[in-house]
Amino acid sequence: MSAHWLGWLVAFPALMSLLVAACGRWPNLRESISVATAVALFAGIALFVEPVTAGARPSLTLFEVLPGVGLTFTLEPLGLLFALVASGLWSVTTIYAAGYMRGNEEHAQTRFFVCFALAISAAIGIAFSGNLLTLFIFYEMLTLSTYPLVTHHGDVESRNGGRVYLGILLTTSIGFFLPAIIITYLITGSITFDEAGLFGEAGLSVLGAGALYALFLYGTGKAALMPFHRWLPAAMVAPTPVSALLHAVAVVKAGVFIVLKLSVYVFGVQFLADTGASELMMWVAAFTVLGASLIAMTRDNLKARLAYSTVSQLSYIVLGATMASSFGILGGGMHIAMHAFAKITLFFCAGAIYTATHRKYVSELDGLGYAMPITFTAFFIASVSLIGIPPMGGIWSKWYLMEGAADSGHTAIIMVLALSSLLNIVYLLEIPTRAFFHNPRPDTPRNWHEAPWACVIPLSITATGCIVWFFYPLPFLKLLAPWAP
Amino acid sequence: MIEAFFAQMPALVIVLPLLAAPLCVLLHRGGPSWFVYLLTTWACFGLAFLLFVQVKIGGPISYAMGGWSPPFGIELRLDALNTVVLLLVTGIAAISSVYAKASVAAEIASERAYLFYAALLLCFCGLAGITVTGDAFNLFVFLEISSLSSYALIAMGSKRRALLSAFQYLIMGTIGGTFLLIGIGFLYMMTGSLNMADIASRLPAVADTRTVEAGLAFIVVGTSLKFALFPVHVWLPNAYTYAPSSVSAFIAATATKVAVYALMRFLFTVFGAAYAFDRLPLGEVLLVLSVAAMLSGSMAAIFQTDVKRLLAWSSIAQIGYIVMGFALASSAGVSASVVHMVNHGLIKGALFMAVGAMFWRLRTISLNDIAGLGRQMPITSAAFVVAGLSLIGVPATGGFISKWVLLEAVIAPGHYWLAAAILVSSLMALIYIGRVVEVLYFRERPEGRPDVGEAPVLMLVATWTLVLANIAVGLYATPLIAAAQRAASAVLGDGS
Repeated sequence: MSAHWLGWLVAFPALMSLLVAACGRWPNLRESISVATAVALFAGIALFVEPVTAGARPSLTLFEVLPGVGLTFTLEPLGLLFALVASGLWSVTTIYAAGYMRGNEEHAQTRFFVCFALAISAAIGIAFSGNLLTLFIFYEMLTLSTYPLVTHHGDVESRNGGRVYLGILLTTSIGFFLPAIIITYLITGSITFDEAGLFGEAGLSVLGAGALYALFLYGTGKAALMPFHRWLPAAMVAPTPVSALLHAVAVVKAGVFIVLKLSVYVFGVQFLADTGASELMMWVAAFTVLGASLIAMTRDNLKARLAYSTVSQLSYIVLGATMASSFGILGGGMHIAMHAFAKITLFFCAGAIYTATHRKYVSELDGLGYAMPITFTAFFIASVSLIGIPPMGGIWSKWYLMEGAADSGHTAIIMVLALSSLLNIVYLLEIPTRAFFHNPRPDTPRNWHEAPWACVIPLSITATGCIVWFFYPLPFLKLLAPWAP
Repeated sequence: MIEAFFAQMPALVIVLPLLAAPLCVLLHRGGPSWFVYLLTTWACFGLAFLLFVQVKIGGPISYAMGGWSPPFGIELRLDALNTVVLLLVTGIAAISSVYAKASVAAEIASERAYLFYAALLLCFCGLAGITVTGDAFNLFVFLEISSLSSYALIAMGSKRRALLSAFQYLIMGTIGGTFLLIGIGFLYMMTGSLNMADIASRLPAVADTRTVEAGLAFIVVGTSLKFALFPVHVWLPNAYTYAPSSVSAFIAATATKVAVYALMRFLFTVFGAAYAFDRLPLGEVLLVLSVAAMLSGSMAAIFQTDVKRLLAWSSIAQIGYIVMGFALASSAGVSASVVHMVNHGLIKGALFMAVGAMFWRLRTISLNDIAGLGRQMPITSAAFVVAGLSLIGVPATGGFISKWVLLEAVIAPGHYWLAAAILVSSLMALIYIGRVVEVLYFRERPEGRPDVGEAPVLMLVATWTLVLANIAVGLYATPLIAAAQRAASAVLGDGS
């Protein structure tokens, strides 16, 4: 595949969003275009799998934004993995979104699908970015294109949610990420991602490197490290398909993908291991893993509980990056995919429950399992995958993360991961338990049934994915081979 | 023939608007006057572009006005710095002339429209004159031409408060002009010359005198009043708020930049960076004032309920960025100043034009009255949003490029507290722009406001030209940065 395609792949969803906007009057055509775009995008990206696993790193510089710094796309395994996950799940989500938006009779559906396509364009841009400036441009584009989605309902609640969303994401990126890029540029004279890292000969002190690393990680607000995690629960005012794809996959995974990418291609795993510059942020991530799990237990609103669970799970990947071991990168990369499949399933289920019953609190779900068996079975499968028990794919990422912790000598991190699994059991399995083993509340009508097929099929697909990746994790292992033992 | 034309270009930039202004008075009607204004500004824009290219290729141009050779006659002198400023001034003037027609027809009584265009041309002439002249006294004269005409322009605003704010501006502007004149007088006293290059060559001999030091102080204060540096900024919010929309857009984007240019010219070309920044602590003073301007201006902007006044306070903050750049007296700093001059011109021009388009429809621009306008004027509102993002400094916009080069300039010598001030001020911009955006898109249309439509096409075209220019600069900033670096090395000398 020629490198020129990289630019087109990034631009493709954005260009198609124009077509989506033009077809606003014909909803079926509009959604067909969205699905076709998603499938074509996934296929286009998949064509790069073979050359990249063979060691090729296609690169394309469109033009120079600043002297010596271009708008550059370079494809490497982590970016390819993220792009595949985001585009692959986009096609499923589009079908789901069509069912959900129509089932709930949402307004401004055309704007919704247009912004969705723009957000995917931005996510692919992040995945392909070849230097920090390109990454930053698409990072902000992702923030801005998702803002209209978060505030979709246009009421006071969504306006306030949007304030927190934009406030935290832009404050961290402009306040921390931008100066971190410029400091890197001034120290090393380069902001192009490099397999060897940039700071090899810069003679940076441990303290300086640690401070810069912290500036980068907190600058990546989308990774939702505490105390800059509040935007994610705030984003839950959005319609559920947005929460499912963007705030369980594209946006948050962009954040942790950036953390991995920075650790590998800006600092270098070896550099981090030698200096211990990432140690502080590793403990921040460990704190976030446990803290967010504890908060999740207290949330009765289903989407809020899932959001805090996401905050916790994202820090698994940050742990993988910060423990400075190639097992950690492998585990983190795996977890991008595994968590994506599990969490999107959970959100799909939450949206299906809302569409069918208009219930959104955990305590209201008693006995609904018999009315919506497929949905709650899928919820159960995805929960088990997140907890990390066989036969679900989630075991693999947790396995490699623990191996990485052992490899780098951080026994305490193994404890954190184990403890987090226990907490996951408490707050996630409560939901299918209530649905299947509690008696229905007296006000539950008898005629409730599953949500529309457009909602049920996607969640079945992603739940099946959770099982398939247990038996067949090979595609991910092959992509992440550079970090495999 | 063509050679002769090229040789006369520096003079034509001033002569054309100077002749066009009385032509408007003779025409005595608004429509033809607008056409004269349009042609003149676009012609000057073309000239400025040719001059820019000529200087880029062939180096500085010196033009002896009336054939009297410098230092006795008036010299027009074009180098890498002022061709950029000239390009900005003429470019904004040309685009705002497209915008002006509908806006002026709505806001200025038709029997006075021709006078309005005459004053606008004079103001433009003054600004272009300040930019191109190489003569200190001539600079003062052009400054007064632009100031006097802008007092008249602001006074033509449709609210009665416009008169009062024009008067306020008149007092402050006159004080500023007088200070500048006294400063130039001191220099003349000590060197016997008014030509800038000539003064510069004669100054070292008398540099140790109080008179020269006082002259510098008078010039700094005088020009600072003109570009509204904190704490001598109080005239600006009223002037921008009550001026007619097309005037706000033009003046906000150009007049302060030209005054900043005048100060840079005096500091770097006449006095020399070593004198102003090493022997006297001017750098430290200006840095502190610029930080104060950034923070206080942004803070005040957050609390405004009139959008034009909000933008005016934001301008005071943005001037802080420009001053901070050249106050570093480094090559990176001066070029950051030039970059932000251009970008801020593009941003504020676009914002004031968008706001002017809303005013054109509603006859008011307070936050409560524009509620829910995002649905009724989607094109205008979108322009405001994109230009606002540029003001905040979101990547892929011109404002981001400004932040980038300025942060680079302050972090390289280790001024982390200045970097922090820049970032805090940017985030405050997020708050005040965010307030307007929320009102435009999330609040319902107030009771009793008619269901208005979009602004006239020409206004939208002009606004979006500037908005797209912002994005173009944000994505492809290399030419602008190269021009700014040439400008910096032209005024600092290649050594520093």
